[in-house]
Amino acid sequence: MITVYVPRDSAARSVGADEVALAITQEAARRNLPVQLVRNGSWGLFWLEPLVEVATPGGRRAYGPVTLADIPGLFDAHFLQGATHPLAQGYTQEIGYLKNQERLTFARVGLIDPLSLADYRAHEGLVGLQRALEMTPSAIVEAITTSGLRGRGGAAFPTGIKWRTVLNTQATQKYVVCNADEGDSGTFSDRMIMEDDPYTLIEGMIIAGLAVGATQGYLYLRCEYPDAWQVLNEAISTAYAAGVLGASVLGSGRHFDLEVRLGAGAYICGEETSLLESLEGRRGQIRFKPPLPAIAGLFGQPTAINNVISLATVPVILARGAEFYRDFGVGRSRGTLPIQLAGNLARGGLVEKAFGVRLDELLYEYGGGSASGRPLRTVQAGGPLGSYLPAAHFDTLVDYEAFAARGAMLGHGGLVAFDDTVNMASMARYAFEFCALESCGKCTPCRIGSTRGVEVIDRLLAARHKARELTLLNDLCETLQHGSLCALGGLTPLPVHSALRYFPEDFGLPPPDASAHGA
Amino acid sequence: MSDANTPQGTHPGWSDSVALALVQPIAARPGPLLPALHALQQCFGYVPAQAVQLLANELNLSRAEVHGVITFYDFFRTTPAGKCRVRICQAEACQAMGSAALTAHAKARLGIDFHQTTANGAVTLEPVYCLGNCACAPAMLMDDRLYGRLNAERFDALVSAEVAP
Repeated sequence: MITVYVPRDSAARSVGADEVALAITQEAARRNLPVQLVRNGSWGLFWLEPLVEVATPGGRRAYGPVTLADIPGLFDAHFLQGATHPLAQGYTQEIGYLKNQERLTFARVGLIDPLSLADYRAHEGLVGLQRALEMTPSAIVEAITTSGLRGRGGAAFPTGIKWRTVLNTQATQKYVVCNADEGDSGTFSDRMIMEDDPYTLIEGMIIAGLAVGATQGYLYLRCEYPDAWQVLNEAISTAYAAGVLGASVLGSGRHFDLEVRLGAGAYICGEETSLLESLEGRRGQIRFKPPLPAIAGLFGQPTAINNVISLATVPVILARGAEFYRDFGVGRSRGTLPIQLAGNLARGGLVEKAFGVRLDELLYEYGGGSASGRPLRTVQAGGPLGSYLPAAHFDTLVDYEAFAARGAMLGHGGLVAFDDTVNMASMARYAFEFCALESCGKCTPCRIGSTRGVEVIDRLLAARHKARELTLLNDLCETLQHGSLCALGGLTPLPVHSALRYFPEDFGLPPPDASAHGA
Repeated sequence: MSDANTPQGTHPGWSDSVALALVQPIAARPGPLLPALHALQQCFGYVPAQAVQLLANELNLSRAEVHGVITFYDFFRTTPAGKCRVRICQAEACQAMGSAALTAHAKARLGIDFHQTTANGAVTLEPVYCLGNCACAPAMLMDDRLYGRLNAERFDALVSAEVAP
């Protein structure tokens, strides 16, 4: 029996993986060849999807991107024996893009069948949870603090400190909430963990529950991720059946329940207090802080609310030790970051690296430069509320502080590349449009300022004498930045300001002086 | 959520008893309104006006609260959609790979704008902001099925194969 792997990840399916999987099964049957098909997760080498792998004595060999038309030829060339073919990529583990990564959170992604608990256990799954069950809550929190893990959703707040607050707040009911409302354009690492290694996230949430004293978890998933919804629900019911979730986690007598809840298309629900409002069944309008959710969160109870990647990183920290994780990275950015290469890049995908990798290495050595073959002009980092970085800043290190020093934001680690055909005035306008569309309406600067922003940019572009409109635009940005209640209004000025500062020519303004680019 | 390529909604028209059977088991759960709305929309294809009073009664909310929630979230529809709900991503990563041209093509091909349904009821076209397929941009959802690396030809092939007017 020969094992063939075809990913079930929705990005792979979006470019034909289901059809390829079916055709391989049919062609094997027609040729009387014994093939066992495994639907694994995606390795995140998306330009090669659908990426088909064959298990050989020397390891898994990869072929991609495979189309339906390639399949008879692959069989003729004996790909089932790992033979060479124009689509052959060699041993999967030797593909440079993958080989040079430091995969800790994504260690199993691509490797295993996402829904096989046996596969998960065979690859270090549940080791972290077993350790945690032998530790005191305080010791678990201490381990997470020592690891240096900071919130991967974008705010980069130390996870250990958040958990310590929940642990120290007395209540009869506490909650763990996973923020899986991954709405930033250019980000898909949450989606991949949920579809391609869901037990890691489940394990991380159980450990969070043990650490803070919560017995109920909610996973708030955006409804734009139908595949993740299916996989998570199936994984949770398997975890219950296996005694991983429920009244006695792994027979320990400790209790943890977990439920997935669907969002309904509101970007603002990625903001933690809006998410809690939505979970409670209300409009996703943000709450004033304080009180912090760690003290009064879901249903008014102490709540540890963390991003998918933060929670999915917890198991490896417990399994390998806080020091192991902390020893990756630079400065105050410890560990690794799953970086998402997106937009106009030849080789888009998932690159998990220790903090400290340079942006240009990611864009050119991993990403292969633009997909269009034209020069890269800018990269937007950190989602729709992140800065546009000019090419002069492509030497920035992936490090929360290095990005902040350049007036930019690393956020959730998504990088969206644009070639030189991009019009930065229209991207700035879009930033305001998006803010207007997604504003929850609670505070005035965001609700009204976003619409005024679109109008001011239109007037700026049309005006012959631009100084007045420019003053108005800067004023408006300042009001949004300092007067908004949450990051949506507060950060919308980032993309706008960076577009204006580094690409003034697109607004009909004089080109930047050298000092602006060198800043 | 429905399976890929099933028409929007599995029940032909509003029914109080069908709606009650869906809502009542959810009512006891904490924060039941969103799960209840998802269940109704999956069943009927949209959230009809009759649902507001029913949800208010069953979940002990005011009609204003229910209405407020339905209208806050883009995913919930208050009118029926076409047989297939096509949602094209408009966010930055897809823009970087030509989603504006794809969107213009889709509108011209279907003869409708966003938030409209083709005259034969086959397709409803909507914008969406990120589908997590940013490395295979531009992307769209057809009901619950994700597609990537789209261009005009691939869009036409997918739309004609499944739901073409």
